[in-house]
Amino acid sequence: MSINLSQPAVELRESRLKTITGYEGDAAELLSKNDIPNRERSFTQCGSCSADQVMNLLTQIQDAAVVEHGPAGCAGDIPMRNGVFRTGNKRMGYNVKYLNTNLDEKDTIYGGGAKLEKAIREAKRRFNPKAIFVTTTCASAIIGDDVPGICNELEEEFGIPVIATLCEGFRTNIWATGFDSANHSILRKIVKPARQKQPDLINVISFEHKFLYESVFRQLGLRTNHIVPLSTVEELERISEAAATVQYCETLGSYLAAGLEEHFGVLEIKAPAPFGIKASDELLREIGRVFHKEEEVEKVIISEKEKIAEDLERLRGRLTGKTAYIAAGGPLAYSIIALVKDLGMEVVGTSVWHHDQKYDNDDERLNFLRFGVETYGNFKVGVCNKQAFEVTNAINKYKPDIAITRHLATVWAAKLGVPSIFAGNEPTEMLYDGLIRFGQSIDDAISNPAYIKNVAKHSKLPYTDWWLKQGTYSFLRSEQNV
Amino acid sequence: MSEIIQGPRHGCALGAQQTVVAIERAIPILHAGPGCGSKLHRGLSLAGGYQGAGYAGADAIPCTNMIEKDVVFGGTDKLRDVIEGTLKIMDGDFFVVLTGCTADIIGDDVGSIVSEFRELGVPIVHAETAGFKGDAYKGHELVLEAIIKQHLKPAAQIEKGLVNVFASVPRHDPFWEGDLNEIKKLLAGIGLKANILFGYNSGGIKALEAIPAAQFNLVVSPYIGLKIAELLEEKFQTPYLHYPILPVGGIETSNFLRTIAEFAGTLSEQTEKFVAQQEEEFYHYIVRAADVLTEYRLNQPKRFYNINDASYALGFSKFLVNELGYFPIHQFINEDVPEEYKDTIEGYFKELSPEISSDITFTQDGGAIEDKIRSIKALTAPLVLASSWEFDIAKEISGLHLSVGLPIIDRLILHHTYVGYKGGLNLVEDIYSRLLSKNRE
Ligand code: SF4
Repeated sequence: MSINLSQPAVELRESRLKTITGYEGDAAELLSKNDIPNRERSFTQCGSCSADQVMNLLTQIQDAAVVEHGPAGCAGDIPMRNGVFRTGNKRMGYNVKYLNTNLDEKDTIYGGGAKLEKAIREAKRRFNPKAIFVTTTCASAIIGDDVPGICNELEEEFGIPVIATLCEGFRTNIWATGFDSANHSILRKIVKPARQKQPDLINVISFEHKFLYESVFRQLGLRTNHIVPLSTVEELERISEAAATVQYCETLGSYLAAGLEEHFGVLEIKAPAPFGIKASDELLREIGRVFHKEEEVEKVIISEKEKIAEDLERLRGRLTGKTAYIAAGGPLAYSIIALVKDLGMEVVGTSVWHHDQKYDNDDERLNFLRFGVETYGNFKVGVCNKQAFEVTNAINKYKPDIAITRHLATVWAAKLGVPSIFAGNEPTEMLYDGLIRFGQSIDDAISNPAYIKNVAKHSKLPYTDWWLKQGTYSFLRSEQNV
Repeated sequence: MSEIIQGPRHGCALGAQQTVVAIERAIPILHAGPGCGSKLHRGLSLAGGYQGAGYAGADAIPCTNMIEKDVVFGGTDKLRDVIEGTLKIMDGDFFVVLTGCTADIIGDDVGSIVSEFRELGVPIVHAETAGFKGDAYKGHELVLEAIIKQHLKPAAQIEKGLVNVFASVPRHDPFWEGDLNEIKKLLAGIGLKANILFGYNSGGIKALEAIPAAQFNLVVSPYIGLKIAELLEEKFQTPYLHYPILPVGGIETSNFLRTIAEFAGTLSEQTEKFVAQQEEEFYHYIVRAADVLTEYRLNQPKRFYNINDASYALGFSKFLVNELGYFPIHQFINEDVPEEYKDTIEGYFKELSPEISSDITFTQDGGAIEDKIRSIKALTAPLVLASSWEFDIAKEISGLHLSVGLPIIDRLILHHTYVGYKGGLNLVEDIYSRLLSKNRE
């Protein structure tokens, strides 16, 4: 069994997907092997933790509460998460339903169990939620509070799911494991077996952008279930009733899609994520096949392509031959390559945060890296675990016309005078019209780089000249991970 | 037992990283979990009016990213590697190692690793700032204490007129940079040279090393910075002036400047002229605002709540009562105020003016704040000077909401300030622009 739902803790990406966070080489090599050993660094900068990514999903559920068992600093992500929630959820007009147990020095000595119980009760009283997720942090895990035990007791008393979501930051080097922990909890404790299958319903795994795929799916007569952010607990209970699940990023959705397939019989659409024209064609055709709408899909493909033809030609005319450096999460960086190539540009290098050597649904059709190499040719890859010093070094070496980054502060590229765009958590760049939106942002960034040039002229990077001249990956150790 | 927190605001002691980032060309080095630095940057800087990464903040901060094997086997070797790497890769003048929960619970001996480097002449100090020790204000004091104890040496000579300023906490108070620079300008007006330590043009390590040479230390806050001033007095015999009220507007700023000038011995005809002139200009604009400030139909927000840290809550309360003729409803102090200061702070709110006082509640828990507000019947639509957590409760009581305390996710703040004469005018402009846009749009 690949998705094991029997334990509160999810199996870590390191062992489940053989994920690595340190590597230098190219796409073809990554494809030819599936047991590349990880290389660690002797110098590192602040990364991210799974407790952070858990909140990326769980705090965004409309009517669930989250109790984080930890010191107040672990709650540092919450104010901005609330911002995202409110932006995505404008008309709801309320804050995320979140409590922190605010562990203090005494709790680290005598334990924080009593306080956790009190906090869970308060969450119930204050938010009247449909479910409560109780998450762990480094401090609560090291002091060893019995979080699953406390949750089970209160679950019985309250009559709603009270779910221990184990995600303490030190447990894994791969913060994307946080997505898995959140999805593991949802699969384990929220999703119910289907009462009735709905043949025209498709789950779409994404963040807060409900419009994703919407126009195309409407043309195909499909109804969508957007998960996990902004859904309700009741909606999540019933995602088992959909005929299929589609996603655009295996970092985010691998576990949930595979779990739904294995445990609830919801098929994952096996096709590359819809970035660039060819991948969009393939994904839609696969959806057509699964939903028996082959003819409709062909019509949609033709009409969508017609709609963008003129703009695409214009953008290609402006962008052909321009160079791009891409730094983003694993499969998403590979996907962005398709966009850049479709726009006629060259990819000079890529930094990905981590690389999964397999996905939970181990199907080659989901492997965008393979799709990318076969369609667009080989490219250089560094796996950099979101290390800004490596990314900055690389951008400085390649001096691309544009740097496309995600999660990292774009100011570093700007300080080098390189126009940069932040491909944020709202991937509006999917499907045919997405390619145009993305191309337009690139063209705008390149065409008037006045702001970037000003930034570069009046600022300095926090790195030594020595470092900027070294090999990008010279702080990767050669020995294997232990 | 510390209280649970809804609507988290002030991070944890490791938020001290923000203090280090605010020192020009200083580099923090975290010995902590992989997520701490990023979360604290977002919670304090990004959610504080989008302050940006700074010179070496956000994802540029070196960190050991402690994982399970470090928890089991200890992380000191990793820390040594990261410090070595930092010295090669990061272009800095001063390095501060900060520990998080993980390192402090497992008990890594960080002090001895750091002293290995100090003995080689590296300008480096360390502070134990585990998250469970308190909030980021506490962390700010811990890191200053570490710098004073481990790095500063007595000055050869005291520089007359030099004043170290301990006021708005950098990269934590959303308006810190504007505030500190405003204080610097004001002090220059009364013949003093302010050593503001943090932010634009503050001097970096040279400014830190000049601390013992100051004529005196100035603490502008009900209590934050007081411990630091006491420590500096003990260590370098530097006297200090504690001015508990963040000066906002004409009355308080003039009093502030006269008090300082007297303490510093610079009170003269010239300083008096400066104060009078500044005050006159301030009231020129206040007078100009009279039509709007007395307009009946606008539903003036005459009664107010502050939901903020002690310093801003007190400064704003004084201003609203004494300059605008408003009435306090109830004030909420939302940082982790040490017990020893609570009575004194309560006392300050008892005497906002000779006739007007306000009750206050100390709580870090947004839920408790909302419950209390719901239990009070306000006579008129109140002004809610608060954070972005309070959008909804303000709406619920038909209040006029302005985000002026952490977290502020609905404003971009660069050099905006609420301190001094200028700060008072800014606050009036902001409150009434909000009121007008609500009425007119
Ligand atoms: S203490 Fe652990 S759980 Fe909390 S932010 Fe740091 S790495 Fe994440």
